[in-house]
Amino acid sequence: MKLTSLVAGAALALGLASMATAQDDPLKVGFVYVGPVGDYGWSYEHNEGRLAVEEAFGDRVETTFVESVPEGADAERVMTQMALSGHDLIFTTSFGYMDSTIAVAEKFPDVKFEHATGYKRSDNVSTYSARFYEGRAVIGHIAGKMTESNVVGYIASFPIPEVIRGINSAYLHAKKVNPDVEFRIVWVYTWFDPAKEADAAQALIDQGADILMQHTDSTAPMTIAEETGILAFGQASDMINFGPTSQLTSIIDNWAPYYVARTQAVMDGTWESTDTWDGIEPGMVAFAAMSDKIPADVRAEAEQMIEDIKSGAYHPFTGPINKQDGSVWLAEGEVADDGTLAGMNFYIEGLTGEIPN
Amino acid sequence: MDLASIDPVLLIAALMVAATPILLAAIGELVVEKAGVLNLGVEGMMITGAICGFAVAVETGNPALGFLGGAAGGAALSLIFGILTQFLLSNQVATGLALTLFGLGISALIGQSYIGVKPPSTTDLDLPILSDLPVIGPILFQHDAMVYVSIGLVIFVWYLLKSTRVGLVLRAVGENHDAAHALGYKVVRIRLAAIAFGGGCAGLGGAYLSLVRVPQWTEGMTAGAGWIALAIVVFASWKAGRVLLGAYLFGGITVLQLNLQAAGMEIPVEYLSMSPYLITILVLVIMSADKSRAALNAPASLGRAFHASS
Repeated sequence: MKLTSLVAGAALALGLASMATAQDDPLKVGFVYVGPVGDYGWSYEHNEGRLAVEEAFGDRVETTFVESVPEGADAERVMTQMALSGHDLIFTTSFGYMDSTIAVAEKFPDVKFEHATGYKRSDNVSTYSARFYEGRAVIGHIAGKMTESNVVGYIASFPIPEVIRGINSAYLHAKKVNPDVEFRIVWVYTWFDPAKEADAAQALIDQGADILMQHTDSTAPMTIAEETGILAFGQASDMINFGPTSQLTSIIDNWAPYYVARTQAVMDGTWESTDTWDGIEPGMVAFAAMSDKIPADVRAEAEQMIEDIKSGAYHPFTGPINKQDGSVWLAEGEVADDGTLAGMNFYIEGLTGEIPN
Repeated sequence: MDLASIDPVLLIAALMVAATPILLAAIGELVVEKAGVLNLGVEGMMITGAICGFAVAVETGNPALGFLGGAAGGAALSLIFGILTQFLLSNQVATGLALTLFGLGISALIGQSYIGVKPPSTTDLDLPILSDLPVIGPILFQHDAMVYVSIGLVIFVWYLLKSTRVGLVLRAVGENHDAAHALGYKVVRIRLAAIAFGGGCAGLGGAYLSLVRVPQWTEGMTAGAGWIALAIVVFASWKAGRVLLGAYLFGGITVLQLNLQAAGMEIPVEYLSMSPYLITILVLVIMSADKSRAALNAPASLGRAFHASS
């Protein structure tokens, strides 16, 4: 007790003394990742964003990260540790960190938190996410045009709105160009487990899927697709190294501009709790190079769709769209509002199977 | 639901691949337990084999060398257990558990620089006529070499234990180490050899995971396969043939539940995912219901420390 107050006193004195030079202290920015940086998927891209922050600010920032942090009590421990060790801004990059982020943020009101893909905010917690469904609309279109067996395999992680939205968006646009297309969905209940993802990929291929989509973070499904000689879409990062002939394209999450902007905001003292949900237009959702296997006309259509989404001329969820049970969700010409999209917990018409609870 | 979309031939072919890592680990552990040693560190040896095999395969570009490396890694780790339990007479259960924790840790350490690396691919068997046979071709003649090695190992262990002098001595050590010692057999040396063999097999199973089934390196990628292998040895009541049955049953349910999900089966996914474990537990309960029979099958000296002075 005595020691801590002594240290605190000393720190205060030092702080006062160095007030003039305070600006020279680097801003400490922490990142919490759910998988390893080397997953070449989700966490890899977040780390690229971290490197961009270092690049942009040089000596003025100091970044740290902790990888493979399980969602739950461990995450809370890691965040607390980061806050205690003087971080000014902490990015927590998985949906499952939501409650931990809120809990830790409450204890450290002076530390700014940024939680990816969640919906709970407070004075010092912002949320941010990307409109991945815009990207999935494009790959759904390509898949619908290119599948020969009319079976598309989909490896899903957890039944949360973000994943369900992705399935709906991809299916909707595949179905539009190919009424016979069928989606087979396997829920693996993990973000990162290459063995499970590989098994799921194999099961889907055995059932006739000739195109794979994934909403998990490892490159294992892409590797399996490459080995069996079918087509696949990468997820979160460019996975071309793992599927040089299989990858049609990949949805890339580009967090770098956002991370740089938010770090700048903390430096300027203009940081406020916000909710960001950016798509293709600001560049948060990007695409890897389209494969030569995509026929020229399909490629042109896909690129047109990207342009239309960018310009706002087209919204991937534009009616008429019915829910799975046949009831009307969106009437002709109606566009889905962000609230419904953010909490999406239903399949659209045509998808088979049930969403697990 | 569309059950017709599940092709039984592909299902059987897939289950053989899914079961191979567990089969390899279980057949090794069978030999260890037959020699009277209970090594609960299978999980740790598997994961160590997975990273050692992966690292060797990546560095040399040769998957065959990778498998050898995996076996060597598993065996080396098991010898730590061997020295601790056979010479220093430490408790086998505690040491085995520690070995699992140690294996998970050391593999993560070795694997730091191998995350996201692609291993050289292993080729599948392709016999001119046999591989193209309908039904039998995909099931029997289109796998990678390790599937055949695993089946070969089962046959080898079965024959070794049943019909050879070495097998007889090994079983004698496992049933009554004092009597075996009195007859002049080197109990500790025989057990060490069995432990190393078990470790090598577990390492091979791990390498199969990281080189063929996934193929990638990830921390903790064995995800409990070692524990299933241990359960399968009990399930098989220490008989080699039944280890094969048990491993294929487990692998079969694992693959089947994924296929049922993909086919849109109206069963909650949670039940499907837990089914392989549930059925393993269920069978274990049934097997051990008759206490006298279960006890009859287990090696009598299983898990007991041996010292020549006692």
